[in-house]
Amino acid sequence: MNSVSPTSNAAAFLHRYAGLAGRLPGADIPALRALRDAAAETLTAAGLPSRRLEAWRYTDLAPMLRGEFREALTPVDEAVALPPARADRRAVFVDGRFRADLSSLDGLVAGSLAEVIETVAPRLNTVASASQPMVTLNTLLFEDGLVLEVPAGTDAGRVELLSLVSGETAATVHPRHLIRLARGARLVLLETALSPAGSAHLHNPVFEIEVAEDAVLTHVRVQREAESAYHLAHLGVRVAEGGTYDGFVLNAGGKISRSETHLALLGPRAAAHLNGAQLVANGQLADTTTALDHAAPNCASRQTVKTVLSGRSRGVFQGKILVRREAQKTDGYQMNQALLLSEEAEIDSKPQLEIYADDVKCSHGATAGALDEDSLFYLRSRGIPAGPARAMLVRAFLQEAVEVVADEAAREALDEAVAGWWAQHGEAA
Amino acid sequence: MPAVEETLDTVRDATQGAYKWGFETDIEMEFAPKGLNEDIVRFISAKKNEPSWLLDWRLRAFEAWKGMEEPRWPAVTYPPIDYQDAYYYAAPKEKVGPKSLDEVDPELLKTYAKLGIPLKEQAILAGVEGAGESPSDGRLPIAIDAVFDSVSVATTYKGRLEKEGIIFCSISEAVQNHPDLVRKYLGTVVPHTDNFFAALNSAVFTDGSFVYIPKGVRCPMELSTYFRINAKSTGQFERTLIIADEGSTVSYLEGCTAPQRDENQLHAAVVELVAMDDASIKYSTVQNWYPGDENGKGGIYNFVTKRAACRGRRSKVSWTQVETGSAITWKYPSCILQGEESVGEFYSVAITNNHQQADTGTKMIHLGKNTRSTIVSKGISAGKGQNTYRGLVRISPKAANARNFTQCDSLLIGDLCGAHTVPYIENRCMTAKTEHEATTSRIAEDQLFYCRQRGLSQEDAVGLIVNGFCREVLKELPMEFAVEAQKLLQISLEGSVG
Repeated sequence: MNSVSPTSNAAAFLHRYAGLAGRLPGADIPALRALRDAAAETLTAAGLPSRRLEAWRYTDLAPMLRGEFREALTPVDEAVALPPARADRRAVFVDGRFRADLSSLDGLVAGSLAEVIETVAPRLNTVASASQPMVTLNTLLFEDGLVLEVPAGTDAGRVELLSLVSGETAATVHPRHLIRLARGARLVLLETALSPAGSAHLHNPVFEIEVAEDAVLTHVRVQREAESAYHLAHLGVRVAEGGTYDGFVLNAGGKISRSETHLALLGPRAAAHLNGAQLVANGQLADTTTALDHAAPNCASRQTVKTVLSGRSRGVFQGKILVRREAQKTDGYQMNQALLLSEEAEIDSKPQLEIYADDVKCSHGATAGALDEDSLFYLRSRGIPAGPARAMLVRAFLQEAVEVVADEAAREALDEAVAGWWAQHGEAA
Repeated sequence: MPAVEETLDTVRDATQGAYKWGFETDIEMEFAPKGLNEDIVRFISAKKNEPSWLLDWRLRAFEAWKGMEEPRWPAVTYPPIDYQDAYYYAAPKEKVGPKSLDEVDPELLKTYAKLGIPLKEQAILAGVEGAGESPSDGRLPIAIDAVFDSVSVATTYKGRLEKEGIIFCSISEAVQNHPDLVRKYLGTVVPHTDNFFAALNSAVFTDGSFVYIPKGVRCPMELSTYFRINAKSTGQFERTLIIADEGSTVSYLEGCTAPQRDENQLHAAVVELVAMDDASIKYSTVQNWYPGDENGKGGIYNFVTKRAACRGRRSKVSWTQVETGSAITWKYPSCILQGEESVGEFYSVAITNNHQQADTGTKMIHLGKNTRSTIVSKGISAGKGQNTYRGLVRISPKAANARNFTQCDSLLIGDLCGAHTVPYIENRCMTAKTEHEATTSRIAEDQLFYCRQRGLSQEDAVGLIVNGFCREVLKELPMEFAVEAQKLLQISLEGSVG
């Protein structure tokens, strides 16, 4: 059952699982063991996705599969330099493992997944689908993650989730985060993923997020890992009647980074925002893929994704909106725009509508182009030098996506990331 | 004519029934044995007295086809097709020798007359009742190539066109009379290995139209082909090749119908267009193959490959299609914009009612500098129809200042149908600009209310609104076709409202 097919392109991961299976958290829970074994079987048979798969036609994992990964060997108590906190409560993960000593989760129902694995095991892969390749990979090897519950009617305020990969070794880390908001609860989850420059690790986080009736989750992810790293995230989200998932993903790091969100609006009047920005520099590929499932009437979804490309880089946007027969009165809007700052950049965009209900209002738009010469001329003619004028226009372009984030600290983190990226790559662009 | 009046006319015409082209002509036919193998390919080639290079080409295509798989990615479902259970050659029995219109079997002429396509010279495509009985009102007639099952039965106005140096004939005749031209261009736009259905077509194509417009000539009349599937269990595989040499202009129309039958029939055509420097081709289709009955039984599988090569500078190709028929439509008329400043256009109305499925769209491949493309697609779904727009806009790194604008709108009538949009936009050029916009909605209550309040019935009101929705595309059609297309829209939607 655990025999590793030498032809599978996931052989390295399967070998690792074969060696580790007995020691992974929950190894003694038969149902969880079966889940992991099933993942191993799937990976043995199908391997990791190639460009032949429609959902992966623009993102080629081959460079990653050629890489050699090792185990994360960070001692559990090693001192780590942390960036300044953006919230009072913070959960810190180093190489995918929860660090209680660095975290402060006072007053929250939250902690390490490994510690409560027996309680949460039945919830695994109920929101994220095991058929998704990145969920499969994560299921095989996850060791830890954040479990966070917000009780009914409470406002948990702002919580920071900090994911650090230590770098030195080319580790692969597969955290599994379970976030659940009960009826009427509120939470702002601000996530930052960082790693030292030059790190060639794989970070493969999977989120399973449940937003109950009338609850509101603001989820902002700022991914600023090394430009040599691989970041393959999968977010599974379910929103119940009257609930709101307000998401924003900023992809700035990673040689190959993909943020894939599968969100279902399951009750009437549920709402989703799937906004994002991608900042892609020389040698990088950033991919934002979303699948939005309108499964109930009177729901609304909004999506604005902006991509800025410089150097020899590639941006991908794939956004699908499915409106089921019962989802009458759906209001869906999606916009993706790309700004090409270099002759060698490429943007591939595939917005997609699949609609089976007639009383709906759905639209999408996609544009791609260079900086507007007229705007540049306008600024230059008013005495602003070319460099700052370009910077101003790029920031204005991104602003439209960022300004919808209501939480101030989150917006600050995004602004900082944008400014940091421009400082590093603006010159070349 | 004001839009309302037009629509009312349309409705009056439409009252006579769902698919009025569903009759069958009883005519003596000649068939090749059922099934598909190398012998059939050789049989077709021999029947057409083809040179050996063409037979070799067919055989290569057949070899390639055997190793290919039917595409599964379109959003359409149908039971597996048994390619051995069809006739690949069916032709009305005819006398040998050159055919003039007088020699054409009167049964055939009657068939075309019944379809509203009189194969008499100086006759005019019967669009509007009473309009333009004769060409004396200043408008020029239309030259027609009529394809009946596997063969072309007549081509009108050949003499008139020859005076201008224009070649308009069936592709079989072109192979005999202009072999160099055919050899030079055949398969250069859609190679024989292009895709499953194109390979099949290359192996067994039986007829189709051939057009060559010489340098600097503006074709004096509309050219038209009328495709008719008549015989049972036949597949129709026609191949059209249009070449517009430097500075020439041509407008070409294509229409199609088939008898009403319970079984599905396959139509796998290939159309290749070549436009040289400053040439312009306008290709309009009104596709009205039998769509199957209201329970989804029968109908044509329309699996077509259409592609244009804008080879010359400032060349232009404009595709306009009105897709109302067929049980399943799978077609993506495309433009390869090679020449600098070349222009590609795609205007489409696709309508699916009852159990019809359409997966259609276009590809605009920008290779040359300053190339421009426009895509306007209107999809209408009613009944249990499924309608997909699937399109690709690709800008290569060398296509500096390329420009694309895409607009796809879908209209849903009823809650059992589906409308889908799957655009692929690949931009590898900084100075290029692409814009894509898509909307899906249903007929607005307030628009309906407005019409009803002014005394229009529900059906008339829907017809009026649908015509308005499609106007951007319909106005691209030549006049006669635009009128026919409007009627078709109305008929196709029959029974879907109220």
